Amino acid sequence: MDDSIAAARRTITAEVTPPMTTEPAASAAPPAALLVADDLRRDYGQHRAVRGVSFELRQGQVLGFLGPNGAGKSTTMQMLAGTLAPSGGRVTIGGHDLLESPEAAKALVGFLPEQPPLYTELTVDEYLAFCARLRGVSRAALAAAVGSAKSRCGLADAGRRVIGNLSKGYQQRVGIAQAIVHSPTVVILDEPTVGLDPIQIREIRTLIAALGRAHAVILSTHILAEVQSVCTDVQIIRRGELVFTGSLAALDARAGDAALTVALRSPPAEGALAALPGVQAVVALGAGRFRLEGTVDPTAVAAAAVAGGWGLTELAPQRRSLEQVFVDLTTADEAVAPQEQAA
Amino acid sequence: MKTFVIAARELRALFLSPLAWVIAGVLTFVLAWLFLLQVQFQLDLQGQMAAQPGAPGATARVGAAMLGTAGFIMMWIVPILAMRSFAEERAKGTLALLLASPATLSEIVLGKFLGLYALLALMLTLFVAMPASLSLGTSLDWGHLAAAALGVLLQLGAYAAIGNWASSLTRHATIAAVTSIGLLLLLLLIDAAGTLRSEASAAARWLSLSTHGQSFNEGRFSTTDLAYYLIVMAAFLTLTVRRLDAERLPR
Repeated sequence: MDDSIAAARRTITAEVTPPMTTEPAASAAPPAALLVADDLRRDYGQHRAVRGVSFELRQGQVLGFLGPNGAGKSTTMQMLAGTLAPSGGRVTIGGHDLLESPEAAKALVGFLPEQPPLYTELTVDEYLAFCARLRGVSRAALAAAVGSAKSRCGLADAGRRVIGNLSKGYQQRVGIAQAIVHSPTVVILDEPTVGLDPIQIREIRTLIAALGRAHAVILSTHILAEVQSVCTDVQIIRRGELVFTGSLAALDARAGDAALTVALRSPPAEGALAALPGVQAVVALGAGRFRLEGTVDPTAVAAAAVAGGWGLTELAPQRRSLEQVFVDLTTADEAVAPQEQAA
Repeated sequence: MKTFVIAARELRALFLSPLAWVIAGVLTFVLAWLFLLQVQFQLDLQGQMAAQPGAPGATARVGAAMLGTAGFIMMWIVPILAMRSFAEERAKGTLALLLASPATLSEIVLGKFLGLYALLALMLTLFVAMPASLSLGTSLDWGHLAAAALGVLLQLGAYAAIGNWASSLTRHATIAAVTSIGLLLLLLLIDAAGTLRSEASAAARWLSLSTHGQSFNEGRFSTTDLAYYLIVMAAFLTLTVRRLDAERLPR
């Protein structure tokens, strides 16, 4: 979470967008959308896996697609990559409709499916060369494309090794390398860190953060920490519907409006606490402890406590963790958060 | 263009697996044995043959006979070589790589077919080399030999297209092999019941694989039979494209 890259990126995109509004940031004209998903739907027989997912992806964005298992993440990713046809809606990549001109659209996409699509009998070099040629990289540019993908994914020394003999972490890197070998504008990564050990996860995350500078990246995950460490923007999907779309800062802001717990040796009347700036409600917890709800500045509380001689012994901000926000968003009943259902 | 990229990888994968080498080795051994038997037979009968006008020569007795047998044996072998084609791509998840690439489904299917067909053509070259070697000691009817070889080549194409299609139905290679062997046997025997009572319908006889290899094997270039094999190939390649397309579409 405290990854410096992610922190820096968060300040850049610190626009607090309310959920599900599509107004662009007021400050600067946003770059053109590289990928537009419009009302994507997909049914498996009677089961509606994805129902009306719409969003845009722009240059420089690393969009985290977050949701519990079975929420429709992989189905959406496959529809974006064109390996699955949507039941309804459309996908536009770099101005090309994925259904009407699939060849032009797919040439702009690099896709890492949940299961890395590796020909385990080939060497890394052979495999990457095949992937590049398949996506239309010319014979003349082939060596440079393969070399650059290898060096970016830390595979420079592994070129002549047979993929089947590589460790899981290296195989995952090869999977990412094939997704970027043809310099696509959009990189789609479906659960890129599943099954890796913590060190490998760190390496892959660093790699994804670096990819975000050159490409627009969309990655799906069910791990919140992953989104926090590499993503600029977040989408949360639940039962096939988007329940949150916004920057990471906006998600953070949701976690922020929580409460402050204070313990006072000689507490004043509750009215005095309620009068403090930002306090919306005061809940007495007994034994001189109170929970001040609302966006309360702890320094103001401390200053007031000193000035009033309340005998402040404890002052603890109670932030809802992002984990809690995520759980609330993904498990809430339809009735609890109706304003978030307008997808 | 992308067709050939896919075909080249397919051929490479076939050569990297021991299966193709084992099959090529065993087949060459069996067919060489058969070839030598035919040569022996020809030598034993040479005296009697020479007395009869219009008796079959070395090309027909040795070359065509051996290639006819090769065509029959390959009916059991091609499904085994083709079984992994799509089934393994599906099981290993690499089908997604092809489907997400800018290659069209037709390019993917044609590429995989051509990769396998190239290997089969190489194997056929090995088989044809045996009767061709007789030219060292006798004069051969090259036209007859070429027609017989072309007949087998066309048969191999039909087998490969059917094997590819069966492989596109499943993720288990063995199921694909059994399916295509079953279908090939059915096509071979479809006119058998009628033929025994000499009342096979024209449609059944036209469909049957057994009626189309004969003229090439006897040295005649038959456009009807050429059309039959090309139609079978085109039909099953199209079915494979349709099958892969159906997999993407919502049910």
